[in-house]
Amino acid sequence: MNPFHNPAAIRQREAAQARVRRAGIALDVSELPSFGFGHRSLMWWGTQGLMAVEGTVFALLIGAYAYIALQADRWPPTGPAPDLAWGAVHTLVALLSLWPNHRIKQRAEQLDLASVRRGMVVHSLVGAVLLAIRWAEFRHLNVGWDDDVYGSLVWLLLGLHTTHLATDVYDTWVLTALIWSRKMALRRFADVSENALYWYFVVWSWLPIWAVVYGVPRWL
Amino acid sequence: MTDRHTLPVTADQEHLLEQTWRDPPGWRGWIGAINHKTIGRRFIVTAFGFFIAGGLLALLMRAQLAGPQRGLVGPDLYNQLFTMHGTTMMFLFAVPVMQAFAVYFVPLMIGARSIAFPRLNTYAYWVYLFGGWMLFAAFFLNSGPDAGWFAYPPLAGPEFGPGKRVDFWAQLITFTELSALVEAVVIITTIFKLRAPGMTLSRMPLFVWGMLITAFMVLFAMPSVMLASTALLLDRLVGTDFYNPNEGGDPLLWQHLFWFFGHPEVYLIFLPGLGFLSTILPTFARRPIVGYTAMVLALIATAFMAFGLWVHHMFATPFPELGKAFFNAMSLLIAIPTAVQIFCWIATLATGRIVWKTPLLFVLAFFFILVLGGMSGLMLGSVPLDLQVHDTYFVVAHLHYVLIGGAVFPLFGALHYWFPKITGRLMSERLGHLSFWLMFVGFNATFFPMHWLGLHGMTRRVYTYPAGLGWEGPNLLATGGAFVLALGTAVAFANAWWAWRRGVPAGDDPWGAPTLEWATASPPPAVNFPAPPVVHRRDPLWHAPEEPTHVAGLALRQREVLVTTVRDAEPDHRYRFPVPTPWPFLGAVATTVLFVGSVFTPWAVVWGAAPVAIGLTAWFWPKKDDRDAQAIALERAP
Repeated sequence: MNPFHNPAAIRQREAAQARVRRAGIALDVSELPSFGFGHRSLMWWGTQGLMAVEGTVFALLIGAYAYIALQADRWPPTGPAPDLAWGAVHTLVALLSLWPNHRIKQRAEQLDLASVRRGMVVHSLVGAVLLAIRWAEFRHLNVGWDDDVYGSLVWLLLGLHTTHLATDVYDTWVLTALIWSRKMALRRFADVSENALYWYFVVWSWLPIWAVVYGVPRWL
Repeated sequence: MTDRHTLPVTADQEHLLEQTWRDPPGWRGWIGAINHKTIGRRFIVTAFGFFIAGGLLALLMRAQLAGPQRGLVGPDLYNQLFTMHGTTMMFLFAVPVMQAFAVYFVPLMIGARSIAFPRLNTYAYWVYLFGGWMLFAAFFLNSGPDAGWFAYPPLAGPEFGPGKRVDFWAQLITFTELSALVEAVVIITTIFKLRAPGMTLSRMPLFVWGMLITAFMVLFAMPSVMLASTALLLDRLVGTDFYNPNEGGDPLLWQHLFWFFGHPEVYLIFLPGLGFLSTILPTFARRPIVGYTAMVLALIATAFMAFGLWVHHMFATPFPELGKAFFNAMSLLIAIPTAVQIFCWIATLATGRIVWKTPLLFVLAFFFILVLGGMSGLMLGSVPLDLQVHDTYFVVAHLHYVLIGGAVFPLFGALHYWFPKITGRLMSERLGHLSFWLMFVGFNATFFPMHWLGLHGMTRRVYTYPAGLGWEGPNLLATGGAFVLALGTAVAFANAWWAWRRGVPAGDDPWGAPTLEWATASPPPAVNFPAPPVVHRRDPLWHAPEEPTHVAGLALRQREVLVTTVRDAEPDHRYRFPVPTPWPFLGAVATTVLFVGSVFTPWAVVWGAAPVAIGLTAWFWPKKDDRDAQAIALERAP
């Protein structure tokens, strides 16, 4: 089976083609839709670009961590590894949040305003909980950023991921306020869909960082 | 249907479109403009402004080195001069100027009404401008960075780099890379989604291909230097130990991260230059480019290989010999795709009917200068030779031959080529020839002797040298050449100034060129194309019109664009673009406060984040145009 075969995408494309009319020497596009989801939309490409940049930063930082750790005699150089509990809670909650996130994305693409409004409130709360858990994680790293290079790397890894987490949570809050406001352009549904896409990135990028921050000092 | 444009576009409709798409007049336009041509013009002028500033710094250095033991500049100022020169030319001129041309011309070349994310594009410009101002403000306050443009720790670290000099450098990196990364996303989205219907990927102009590939390289190269400079700033500001060997850190980590960006950087500057060549050559050879597909594949191959070269800047560090052999081989291998393109250009010229105009002269200089730089590059790419001339003037000669030959001469060609499109007026051919010859002779007189100096042991970054080493003659020649080069550049800018004021009107297409930017007026109207074109072939203006010729049915009173599919550019949907607003400007101001503040205190990241968040929220929050009855009437679900 052709892995690129996507019946939904083909249907959408054919629908778009059917709405373009030849009018003499002109190509009349007035009947085309005024927004699109997924890779059809500009915002999707913008989000992909951001994820490429930030994913590269994470990959390079993990590379730098490996470069330094592999040269060290002991890792961590002094003191114990970070406590496992809060990191595990974070991972669990983040993974669980994927389900409501998936539903929001789906409902947004069906233009279902009531469901999206409810879902975004839930999502906003989950984000706040995750930020609180992150605070606890910082307090249980068992190393200061200026103790040694290990501390610097761990704090930067966790700090960078927190920046992304906080950004998307804030973005979710703003978007939630926006879709609850009285009038909303239809294409805001595409923004909701892209916001959900970015949340996937925040969660999936956490897994390798979690493994490095909590796993490597224990099991290297 | 009165609210949508028809074909042909009537005078009334053109008037309405101009009203809809133009930037606000007066001071509101200064901070609120978002049209890509306005931003592109400012971007180009700003980048050339930094080019002049960086050039003046270089002239000061050359004046100091004209003879042995001169006292014009002391060692401390000299350190700042070469650091500022390199930093300005690399971060404030070479990469931004290429993106600036892309901001202006990519939408026009692909038949689009606008660039994607026009407000983000505007934000990127302001961030870049403010970053540059910060660097020069620091320099004039005697806090100019002084650890070289690649700022190696431990020299740049907290122990050996006291004061705030290196912090300003590190934060300049944050400014410029943020701007460049944002621009890369904007350019990729524009090229993938806003092409005129029918302009499939294989019909895209080669300059657009060059910018697309460059933008992808930016996405993966620039994060590295941003990460590296952030870590450097943290080492200096809050006592982290990334580059501190006493606490397990490693200064070589800096070199890896820096050059993982720094080598692709060379190609970020070079690939747009190749794009200029592939645009200008066919026009003046009066024939389509030879080997279009080979050209595109060569660009892509160059982009991939560029990420496998970075260690050749580090041959003098402890690195496994086998690894060095790999990087040595890659450094030689990357010459092949460039050679493929050079042969295609030669074939284009050889089989064309050449029209000798100034843009072509600048482009032809590329062949002489870049090929020489490539040859010395092959020498430096070899480990044993590199170790002999490491950190000497041989390297200085090589890098200027590559960057000026590969990018600056094609850039001046592009300036002469597209100037009539931007201003509607032609630059003088006589002054153009004069400036070209002054620059060509001046350039070679400046940098060719440096090969000799390097081979005879003159190290780079020395503020003076003793008499009697035999270096006097070549240094004096280089200084003389630098002033001739500067004179040539000045003539070129004077030519542009004069043409802008009272040049001969150019008309839509003064060169008889094949690409879409010449299908609209010079200068283009605010909407670019009152009726967007439909493309049926490569080099569309060199073929008789085919039907359908243009798009009809886009809104007149809203900024509506046609979004097309990525590969085949089939019409997909209409999309309403935002109106001008000062929020990107204010957001950039807030960002600047945060960045400059964090040079002095880490808490700036905390209290500086609030204005940035407020600024960005206000920017994205829909204004009344979102609830406008016309806007809602245009909405249609997929």
